[in-house]
Amino acid sequence: MPIRTEPMTVNIGPQHPSTHGVFRLRVTFDGEEILEVEPIFGYLHRGTEKLAEERNYTQIVTLTDRLDYVSSMINNQAYCLAVEKLLGVEVPQRAKYLRTLTAELQRVASHLMGIGFFLQDLGTLGTPLMYAFRSRERILDLFEMLCGARITLSYSRPGGVFFDAPDDFWPALDQFLKDFETEYREIEQLILENEIVMIRTRGVSILPLDVAINSSVSGPVLRASGLAWDWRKMDPYDAYDRMEFDVPTATGGDNYDRFWVRIQEIHQSIRIVKQCIEQIEPGVTRADVPLVLRPPVGAEAYGRVEASKGELGFYLVSDGGISPYRMKIRSPSLLNLTVTEHLLVGWKLADMIVTLGSLDINLGEVDR
Amino acid sequence: MNCVLGPDNILYDTLLFRVIYDFVGQLLPCGLAYVASGFAIMFLLANGVLLGAGGFSWAERRLIGRFHNRVGPNRWGPFGTLQPMADLFKLLFKEDLTPRGADRIVFMIVPVAMVAPVILMMAVVPFAKDTALANLNVGVLYVLAVTSITSIAIFMAGWSSNNLYAMFGASRGVAVLISYEVPVVMSLLGVVLVAGSMSMADVVSAQTVPFLLVQPLAFFVFFAGTSAELNRTPFDLAEAESEIIAGYHIEYSGVKFALIQAAEFGAVLTSSAVMVTLFLSGWSGPASSYLGWAWFLMKIGVLAFVFSWIRATFPRLRIDQLLAFAWKFLLPLSIINLFATALEVYFLRDGAGILEATDLWIMAGINFGVAIGCLLIFGTLIQDKVRPVRPVSGVTIAAPEVF
Repeated sequence: MPIRTEPMTVNIGPQHPSTHGVFRLRVTFDGEEILEVEPIFGYLHRGTEKLAEERNYTQIVTLTDRLDYVSSMINNQAYCLAVEKLLGVEVPQRAKYLRTLTAELQRVASHLMGIGFFLQDLGTLGTPLMYAFRSRERILDLFEMLCGARITLSYSRPGGVFFDAPDDFWPALDQFLKDFETEYREIEQLILENEIVMIRTRGVSILPLDVAINSSVSGPVLRASGLAWDWRKMDPYDAYDRMEFDVPTATGGDNYDRFWVRIQEIHQSIRIVKQCIEQIEPGVTRADVPLVLRPPVGAEAYGRVEASKGELGFYLVSDGGISPYRMKIRSPSLLNLTVTEHLLVGWKLADMIVTLGSLDINLGEVDR
Repeated sequence: MNCVLGPDNILYDTLLFRVIYDFVGQLLPCGLAYVASGFAIMFLLANGVLLGAGGFSWAERRLIGRFHNRVGPNRWGPFGTLQPMADLFKLLFKEDLTPRGADRIVFMIVPVAMVAPVILMMAVVPFAKDTALANLNVGVLYVLAVTSITSIAIFMAGWSSNNLYAMFGASRGVAVLISYEVPVVMSLLGVVLVAGSMSMADVVSAQTVPFLLVQPLAFFVFFAGTSAELNRTPFDLAEAESEIIAGYHIEYSGVKFALIQAAEFGAVLTSSAVMVTLFLSGWSGPASSYLGWAWFLMKIGVLAFVFSWIRATFPRLRIDQLLAFAWKFLLPLSIINLFATALEVYFLRDGAGILEATDLWIMAGINFGVAIGCLLIFGTLIQDKVRPVRPVSGVTIAAPEVF
């Protein structure tokens, strides 16, 4: 006699340790296997785009901090690039270098968190996560020296950066780079060739390149599928046109490749940081812009950067007032999330958690 | 008034019991004294195991703290040793919730059903010379029987909680426990063959050479199987925190949760104790006639440290990989070990069926070769099975395409 079975629908989240925020997946399981997935988000909606219409251009910088709260330096940079395009302001060289340097440090911090939580989702008891956080804390200390904040930085401002780096920042940065080499090698030795990591992640949840492109996926997720798509190379902003770096790509598009691409990108980011230290020259760090900015009526601008999660863009429309008529955020996490159903159906519950970890979404950015 | 325990009594070998019985026998009638001293020794055992569980929870948290590059609990008491007490009192004062729609009676029994086998398991383990609570002549079988109660407790928890996550955890837990029971039993048969007895005390006295050396393959299988049955990290599917939050005990709170946690930490200790007895020559060591307990505790400590170490290092396996590991890797290994051991015992034993220390050393030599060969062959086989063949990706330099 065949045993009667029936699929069961489970809510993963909004309160779940592995959804990386308040995010909900309504999943139908056949035993452990996934039949249907429906991502539901919006629990963290704060109306950032609407709030931006009530604030002046300088104040909006603080709103961008709260989008992807693990890489606010890059968010500030993207927004400031859009405002500068709107106003036609030329940013001083030193500010460009400082932005590039801090953006790359922030990318390292963000990827470290991504790697750490990916392995946490794989079921390690926090050891790689703690190793990653050890280095991330050092980066946050550096940011604290720069602007007094650790998470919500607001360091980039329209026209440059808020402060020049203090004198003791540079030796501290050198010390960090020296220590980071060994610290990062420890992380790599612990996990990169681990047999269990391999069998759990390789060949799992493959994202084919055509699906990735059609879904507007960007960042490490797209690069893991085989396309070297990086706005730092294709449309260099700030000081990236003077930097030498590679774009790591992988061919498999599975969980391991997404994780591996992040690991390699940290190496490239450190390379860029070192070049910034060599090339940076003294000078002013902020163009002469007024506190209350009034772009011309009808001006529109789109500023984009390669954020740690993918292409982050701010589209600004001005009506001549002190605050934008409309601000649209193209958030990479939201668009990377659109492939979840393709990635998850047919795999098991345990793979689902790991795949979500490998996408490295940030709910602050998804819901905005 | 002088009550004397006959040598045919099951508790005659227990020195501790006889001491208590002699003392209580002067105050109470013999029958009552027998029961009273039985309760006394059970009280000692249960509290010893639970205290050990508390101590181990502190030790493991400190250890994992060090593995994590942090300090671990260090506030309450010297080096934080009173932390388990603080946790216990916190949990005692918490509200004891029963979810709506739960099967109340089954839900209530589960914590007891979890703790009981852990304590019962200690009953046959000799802490030192003649100090096992009961020197059963089927001690090994008893241990195996008692540990399998845990799977029922896990399923009871999952079923009665009326929660899908708990159900996931329970079905995983039962699948794992049933699968791993088989290789564990098979690996212990090798030990029983060499020792020639199922009594734990006899197994210890048979270990002129520790069975870790004589039965390396059995130790490996037993260790892996035990850590699966204990729900420790590479195999902690039943309570996989990142997947199903807490698995089968998701709905437990307050003192019930404390008991389940105590059972989990205690199970590590008792399993280590069984492993020490069966493979690491138990309490024997230099000056074991009066320092046996110290050797025993030290060996338990070493094994518990290895368990913590593994827990802090490895990611978790998936359920199909976990079951494949049991059925395709551990089970063949344990069968090979059993056959090899049977042949060796058949050819090496003398007329009275006794194995001398030299025989054991010969067996150790052969079995180490067998173990390394088998691990290599089966390791390669299973690796090819579970690892998708794909070249490692490389760094490519982007060709800038400007849009």
